[in-house]
Amino acid sequence: MKAYECDVVVVGGGPGGSMAARYCAEGGLKTIMLEKKAEIGAPLRCAEGVSKKWLQEVGIEPDPAWICADMVGAVIRSPSGHTFKLDESKAGSEVGYVLERHLFDKALARRAAEAGAQILMRTSATGVIIEDGRLAGVKAKSMGEEIEIRAKAVVAADGFESQVARWAGVDTSLKLNDICSCIQYRMVNLDIDPEYCEFVIGGSIAPGGYLWIFPKGEGIANVGIGVMGTRCKNADPKVYLDKFIASDPRFKRAQSLEVVGGMVSTCPGLDCAVADNLVIVGDAARIIDPVTGGGICHACRTGMYAGKVLVEASKKGDFSKSALMPYEKMWRDRMEDKLYRNWMAKERLAELDDETIDELVKLVSGSDIGEVNVYNLLKVIKEKFPKVVEGFEHLI
Amino acid sequence: MKVNVDRCLHCGGCVGSCPFNAIFLNDYVLEFDSRCTGCGRCVNLCPVHALALEGKP
Repeated sequence: MKAYECDVVVVGGGPGGSMAARYCAEGGLKTIMLEKKAEIGAPLRCAEGVSKKWLQEVGIEPDPAWICADMVGAVIRSPSGHTFKLDESKAGSEVGYVLERHLFDKALARRAAEAGAQILMRTSATGVIIEDGRLAGVKAKSMGEEIEIRAKAVVAADGFESQVARWAGVDTSLKLNDICSCIQYRMVNLDIDPEYCEFVIGGSIAPGGYLWIFPKGEGIANVGIGVMGTRCKNADPKVYLDKFIASDPRFKRAQSLEVVGGMVSTCPGLDCAVADNLVIVGDAARIIDPVTGGGICHACRTGMYAGKVLVEASKKGDFSKSALMPYEKMWRDRMEDKLYRNWMAKERLAELDDETIDELVKLVSGSDIGEVNVYNLLKVIKEKFPKVVEGFEHLI
Repeated sequence: MKVNVDRCLHCGGCVGSCPFNAIFLNDYVLEFDSRCTGCGRCVNLCPVHALALEGKP
């Protein structure tokens, strides 16, 4: 059996994994990143919408090569067709670019490679190596061949499926209420506004979730839906998405070139995303915005934090849980309040009936909101519909 | 558990949502091991209804 030795093995070559690998390698650690698929960034399981502000924070320069479309705003549509249009001056940090994820992910992986990380493609982790009760690496299958990668620390960047953390003994189980099932078509021949991302909400449209139309230029868009598992027994997201597409004249000539499925966790993140010799990043750690389901910026941030903390840990030669706890503090300080608040908001919004959502959308479209983001929207809602924010008013 | 391979999108959502770590996605093939209790969570969550409890209509 082929054996590798390194300081850090990163399982998963998505944004979180590549950022972790890059920052580990830049810090001088011998780093190996595993990607189970045959191509980084494909097939994608993502709506590809991101905000703009965070890119600088994590050391990524915006590059036209992977920016597919620049959004000037967003539209929120209620079940009976009321819309709330946010232009660029008001849209704030919640809209930005629609990416080409297959190129974006490769650009991040390339930065990891340039920093010195080794990348093993078509290599899926099959288990972890435990030695003297400690996590000592991962077992994997690389192009069909069994291999072992011994490492001082493991980064679990294996997304929603996250098996690495489970194998290492971390409880990653989710409540049914905290999972959204998603399906998305890449559609062409659409008669849509190419500069606005659209979000359609309401129980009759997308129970417990929302439907999105993210334009990619020339009548092309990612059209998808996420629905809460508990709220649509015996009716899959595809039924809701197909129903919406059939009812909207903008989709009259639409054809789909790609169909992808997936699930998103919509809860506040793992209780603890580190363990002895283990750091869990991005979707694998459930660090996702529970309202939008957005995970790219969180994956990139946590990947960077993981890399920086592992570099520090290696200076002391200590990869124990307590030595890795700075990672836990970093991501919580940066994101926990917002994620928790949005989780509470998601829980409440999922309970509202369509009439109330119509009222809400009418209310916010008539309000003078400065920069529009989830926070400012909740502030307006708090004034007129205090019940919606009951229990987490202190975070608004 | 029965997998309708013609519907499965290989998204891996069932893998991550299984409370018993009983599902594996190996090279575009879903496998269930003996830990599967037939709880049906994956059946309800699958975005394209590719899963069914065996022996049930």
